[in-house]
Amino acid sequence: MAEVLVLVDHLDGQVKKSTYELLTAARSLGEPSAVVVAPPGAAGKLTDALKQHGAEKIYLAETDRTDFLTPEVDVLAALVESVSPAAVLIGVSADGQEIAGRLAVRTGSGLLSDVIEIGPESVTHSAFGGAYRVEAVADTPHPVITVRPGAAEVESVSGAGAEQTTDVPPPARRIATVTSREPVTGGGRPELTEASVVVSGGRGVGSAEQFAVVEELADSLGAAVGASRAAVDAGYYPPQFQVGQTGKTVSPQLYVALGISGAIQHRAGMQTSKTVVAVNKDPEAPIFEIADFGIVGDLFAVAPQLKDEISKRRGLPARSASSRAPGRPNRPPSRLKYILEYNIFCNFTVSRQRMT
Amino acid sequence: MNIVVLIKQVPDTYSERTLRSADGILDRAATDPVLDEINERAVEAALQLKEAHGGEVTVVSMGPAPAADAIRKALSMGADGAVHLSDDALAGSDAVQTARALAQVITTLPGVDLILAGNSASDGRVAAVPAMVADVLDLPALTHARQITVDGTTVTVRRETDRGAVGLTAELPAVISVSEKINEPRYPSFKGIMAAKKKPVSQLSIADAGIGAADAGLASALVKVTSVTPKPPKSAGQKMTDDGAGGAQIAAYLAAQKLI
Repeated sequence: MAEVLVLVDHLDGQVKKSTYELLTAARSLGEPSAVVVAPPGAAGKLTDALKQHGAEKIYLAETDRTDFLTPEVDVLAALVESVSPAAVLIGVSADGQEIAGRLAVRTGSGLLSDVIEIGPESVTHSAFGGAYRVEAVADTPHPVITVRPGAAEVESVSGAGAEQTTDVPPPARRIATVTSREPVTGGGRPELTEASVVVSGGRGVGSAEQFAVVEELADSLGAAVGASRAAVDAGYYPPQFQVGQTGKTVSPQLYVALGISGAIQHRAGMQTSKTVVAVNKDPEAPIFEIADFGIVGDLFAVAPQLKDEISKRRGLPARSASSRAPGRPNRPPSRLKYILEYNIFCNFTVSRQRMT
Repeated sequence: MNIVVLIKQVPDTYSERTLRSADGILDRAATDPVLDEINERAVEAALQLKEAHGGEVTVVSMGPAPAADAIRKALSMGADGAVHLSDDALAGSDAVQTARALAQVITTLPGVDLILAGNSASDGRVAAVPAMVADVLDLPALTHARQITVDGTTVTVRRETDRGAVGLTAELPAVISVSEKINEPRYPSFKGIMAAKKKPVSQLSIADAGIGAADAGLASALVKVTSVTPKPPKSAGQKMTDDGAGGAQIAAYLAAQKLI
């Protein structure tokens, strides 16, 4: 069976969950081979986790090159040449999309972007914010496919994980050089596009200070915080958290919209969410047209009550999530399974430890 | 400094956008076309660089005849001239073909120092065409720029994404894509709108640009759409008015759905 190359996304010595999704999805096309490009000494630490998620082969390319994103493109291009994989899978992110595009140009491969489903015959995109399902195929060998986080359920299946060191070719091109790196200071919440629960606030939140009500509900759910364009434009919340056509596209298990009217612009970024809950004062707000459960009312009454109910159901005193685990990042449940475990164990702390 | 700005006409994200069911290509007749907002920011960045360093700003667009309106908008903001690559044979081109075609047009322009573009169009979500153009032209790609500084022949960019900020530097010529946070685009002045009507727009067919028929359009695309299904609109679920227990009702619903 042909190999399927999966570019490993990693940060601070941890493999990102989206990579495990790719390793799972790769199995419908062939044998998953993980490709790690990392600074010297860093790649080897990721191999156990990759093996446990089904990597049959692991290509390790260690480099201290400072040219931007070209080591990844160079390594993948060389592997495409030598291995002739059935496909190359890369997670959707700013870096991932760029690596994929450049690789497709270099290898003359079809580029299938922002895919939500991979089948043996074709892939599925979601166009215009979920208004269309579009199936597409590549007419080339080794298509390059970028896959949206959350597109596949992670399966923990052990792979052989045979390690193979790969050379990083010296840069043959004109390059951009990295002069500095500032990691994001994330505040401990899950990444917006990866979170299984997202709580967003809109213009109805009214002010930057009052966004605390959105954050507190989000923390009680282990959720990421989002904002509508109206809220961002009004200066209530920073632009990197904007959900919508001109912001992030999210597809969580649960999306909670607080004080968001639901303009087309916003819906385009969230309407593929599995379950949508909305709270809005205006009974005519378009968000209710796509909400599975809507409450017409004051979000400042409903959201705190919901937060307290969630805490109660989890057998915890009604207080904010951040005070539960001082000094530890407030990690979200990585899959719904863990949320169910909360109900079974009725103990947040126990299942947290199981996760980490 | 001579700057090329890549611009694209897209359906307005505030309007309903439709795909033709026959071939999955955007139904341009059924949507309100506008200059993509991120491109306005790229034009603004180019104009600011021109104001600081001199030179000319040329916008390049690939798209059917109505894209002339988007080009006119960029010219009315202050760009000096435009190239419009328009040919029926280009319809249905995929991202790789598009990058190659745009790169080919750029090579027909003399003395280009900098190529600017938006980081992600609002209709396609490939979010990589600027970097792909750079790869075709063997130029450095400095993407998702929040800040651009040009000093002599060196360009420095502050790249900001979800993962944090990265400082990038390269020698000109280079390709830069801008992020939403880079600037607030200016509004065209009345004078600018009038002046735009007289600015040169060069119309290129694929033959004019030196693009082979085998490298353009649906027939030779590397990826093909096999089916398009409009998703049935999500139907509204339960809606109730808060009677003081709204939060508890949501909690009960989420528990029933096993979401909490």
